Amino acid sequence: MCLAVPGKLVSISGQDPLERTGKVSFGGILKDVNLVCLPEAQVGDYVIVHVGMAISRLDEDEANEVFAYLKQMEQAQDAVDLSA
Amino acid sequence: MKFVDEYRNREAAQAYARAIARQVTRPWTIMEICGGQTHTIVKYGVDALLPKSLTLAHGPGCPVCVTPIELIDKAVEIASRPDAIFCSFGDMLRVPGTTHDLLTVKARGGDVRIVYSPLDTLRIAKEHPHKQVVFFAVGFETTAPANAMAVAQAKREGLTNFSVLVSHVLVPPAVEAILSSPQNRVQGFLAAGHVCSVMGYTEYEPLAARYRVPIVVTGFEPLDLFQGIAMCVTQLESGRAEVENQYARAVQREGNRPAQQLIREVFQIVRRRWRGVGEIPQSGLGLRETYADFDAERRFGPAVSGPDISSECLSGLVLQGVLKPHECPAFATRCTPERPLGAPMVSSEGACAAYYRYRRMDSIDAHPVEPAS
Repeated sequence: MCLAVPGKLVSISGQDPLERTGKVSFGGILKDVNLVCLPEAQVGDYVIVHVGMAISRLDEDEANEVFAYLKQMEQAQDAVDLSA
Repeated sequence: MKFVDEYRNREAAQAYARAIARQVTRPWTIMEICGGQTHTIVKYGVDALLPKSLTLAHGPGCPVCVTPIELIDKAVEIASRPDAIFCSFGDMLRVPGTTHDLLTVKARGGDVRIVYSPLDTLRIAKEHPHKQVVFFAVGFETTAPANAMAVAQAKREGLTNFSVLVSHVLVPPAVEAILSSPQNRVQGFLAAGHVCSVMGYTEYEPLAARYRVPIVVTGFEPLDLFQGIAMCVTQLESGRAEVENQYARAVQREGNRPAQQLIREVFQIVRRRWRGVGEIPQSGLGLRETYADFDAERRFGPAVSGPDISSECLSGLVLQGVLKPHECPAFATRCTPERPLGAPMVSSEGACAAYYRYRRMDSIDAHPVEPAS
């Protein structure tokens, strides 16, 4: 139910803040998405969409954290092995 | 697809599995709350790569599964009306009510429609002004902004033939119910990433402190789950109990403020019965009095709980992480997705459906990675 999918915001329409919508591309498939909860979203941003509403803007700076954490973990474990 | 494919990398998953196995020194039980996470774990075999001493308990985060039977019965009753168009997410159609489900109503000629978004139902209401268009508003906090938006828009546009049958539930009270249960064996939690995209994670901080459990906000791709588990194990092994955020690319501590404001505008916190679990105080959302005109229970009469029917469905124990789906005697024999005894076998996020779909008895205990010695 809480399935939400990341997609790229390709256009924005609607001046009224209560009606702001955008077209979001999910691997090339375009869907109309309600942007009322993401007033800061700009064309080119990746957003997370759930049942037709954008609920979050993806922070590209944090996107590689999952690989950085793994590297840190491996380095810490190797350091312990070396000192043992 | 960007932000999806890279988090399904096999080598990184195996490296995480090795790193976690080296870290674990004793048995731990960690619960992933969200049914979407359960499906990722079972589909990609995340649990099968973990050391045997690490147990993943599957949580209650499947709104379809916990919607009380009296609301399914009410939905069936409304959908059977000749003047109604009943709209729902697809998952709800085969959830068994006391006598039958919404799909049966549709098969008998009822106008039951599957929609992708509650906002689609407003268009249907405008196209059919002489019909009563009712949306089954189920979900956790993630879905609440869209459902609130639909009701707020209906009010703004003065739609008189639109209403919602609300069965909204909240995650933190369910976490507290599990932690305070004498049966509890969960020592750490993976919190549901998208719920936290909306609500943030400050609500979990007092729970982590009071019950001395680590809670890691976690995403939905396999590598997200591996990292969430690694962070949780790191805390458990070092005796820490804090809220951490694995899913920082999509979750901020304060959450999505405009979405929270929209939820507060339309909904208020109410007590809610969870199917298979029982009543949990302050665990649901109901419409505020200012939006009562859009309440399907006001328009068509309230849902009334009948006598408890004895069933061999053990979904309550499955939803609280006490029992694994395949440990239920009815699993895959008298209970299948085609003929379900309970909702977790129906929903695409139900733990029983995940085990049925991706895994059968012979592979359930496969644990190729041994714990670190």
